Amino acid sequence: MTVYDALVAPFVEFEFMRRALVGSIALALGAGPVGVFLMLRRMSLFGDAMAHAILPGAALGYLVGGLSLTAMTAGGLVAGFIVVMLAGLVARNTSVKEDASLAAFYLVSLALGVTIVSLKGSNIDLLHVLFGSVLALDDAALVLLASISSLTLVVLALIYRPLVLECVDPSFLQSVSRSGGPVHLVFLALVVMNLVGGFNALGTLLAVGIMMLPAVASRFWANELTGMICAATLIGILSSVAGLIASYHLGLPSGPTIILAAGFAYMASLAFGPNGGLVLRLIPRRHLEA
Amino acid sequence: MTGSAHHRVHRSGASIHFEDLTLGYDRHPAVHHLSGSIEAGSLLAIVGPNGAGKSTLLKGIVGALTPLHGSVSIRDGASPVETRARLAYLPQVSAIDHTFPICVFDLVATGLWRRSGLFGGVGRKDCDAVEQALAAVGLTGFERREIGKLSGGQLQRALFARLLLQDADIILLDEPLTAIDSKTAADLLDLVRRWHSEHRTVVAVLHDMALVREIFPQTLMMARELVAYGRTSDVLTPENLLAARRMIEAFDESAHVCAVDDGARPQAADRKAS
Repeated sequence: MTVYDALVAPFVEFEFMRRALVGSIALALGAGPVGVFLMLRRMSLFGDAMAHAILPGAALGYLVGGLSLTAMTAGGLVAGFIVVMLAGLVARNTSVKEDASLAAFYLVSLALGVTIVSLKGSNIDLLHVLFGSVLALDDAALVLLASISSLTLVVLALIYRPLVLECVDPSFLQSVSRSGGPVHLVFLALVVMNLVGGFNALGTLLAVGIMMLPAVASRFWANELTGMICAATLIGILSSVAGLIASYHLGLPSGPTIILAAGFAYMASLAFGPNGGLVLRLIPRRHLEA
Repeated sequence: MTGSAHHRVHRSGASIHFEDLTLGYDRHPAVHHLSGSIEAGSLLAIVGPNGAGKSTLLKGIVGALTPLHGSVSIRDGASPVETRARLAYLPQVSAIDHTFPICVFDLVATGLWRRSGLFGGVGRKDCDAVEQALAAVGLTGFERREIGKLSGGQLQRALFARLLLQDADIILLDEPLTAIDSKTAADLLDLVRRWHSEHRTVVAVLHDMALVREIFPQTLMMARELVAYGRTSDVLTPENLLAARRMIEAFDESAHVCAVDDGARPQAADRKAS
């Protein structure tokens, strides 16, 4: 097998592979930077919680519109925004911390979602959707993913400065500007958007995984924010490509394989990353003069 | 900063006014019925025992805390002005996330916020201003250092550099010299003196009475309520210090609703008896 056969031919020969590639790269582009900010704000598990929180919305969308991307996306977005807004409002106006407040709301939301699903008999279709299929992306799903990642990058560029300051020194931001609260909510809206878009098109696991694994891995490659964002995006894209190729040749399910590739990238970063990687720490090096 | 010369000429200064101000948490007052004003161009130390409401008072001035009663305002001459436009505030260090991957230059450059806003660019001139501020606090060469790798004193120097860039009329410092070595403290106090000479209003919470006597012409002593306010030598008397300590000890967890708002203010002795 030549290099061409191994790496390029699957995408040239099969349209579904090209679609999967475009979709997962689009997702990685938007989710990577969002994941880095989530990690830096110590909200790495936020994505998991939100993936559960959007269930009732997606389920309602499913009840109304069947397996329709539009209905389920709209439902998921609404449910996600409501949970984020409520959790954020409670956290900002009471002494309850954001994670605790989110835990409370997402559990209620999840219970509501499971109840709604069970009301209408078969949930096999829905489970299929929740675990997604990256190999069955139609035009609408691709447009959705591309729009979400484009919007994410533009909005992040606009709120970058206050968002960074809200992370580093929130009390300073508060002393010079009122933008802290709104910026935080806009950022959470971006997280929800990426998760909902990702989970309808590609499945929950893939949506959360492609957001967080590259972000966590990026810390081992850069010690400064811009570098981390670039590293996370790059790792996300490479994991998508590698995962798709591996799943094609080995006959593995593509979504989980992409995440396994990202997991592998994380392990490799943990071991060999130049910024605090394990191997570098094990090599005995003499201390510097100053 | 070389720009300081023209500030000295144009600065009209801003004053701070309290009107029967009560600030607190969960209805418990930390600052109780404080009235008075801090003149433009003052160099004022706020002293008092732990739990006296000093930090709370600064938060109230900044606007981070809504008064339970009364009001606080910033005025330029006689007319009230927007707080955020005039004021720089250095809280006790803990609010900063030391693990965030940002370098000294970028952190200090956030002091330009008022000029650059959310979206404005930071140009060549602004970069020079940041360099000058870093030089003024002795951090030249630390531009690309991560803030997590700074010592406590170096971080405080960086935060003072940011205050320089903020170019504010009112500068509030909350225990700025705690856990700072004497060389760093001396350097930072030089900046405080410079701000005073530029007719900025500087208010600092401090515990070092010798330092207050040496540098601050005016002192406000509080213990939830005002104990004394005026010339430092008149305020820092043994009698006042003792009175302040006694007032904090009298704190009552199951306190009744304060009656002052309804009628005449009770004397301190009445309150202790109740």
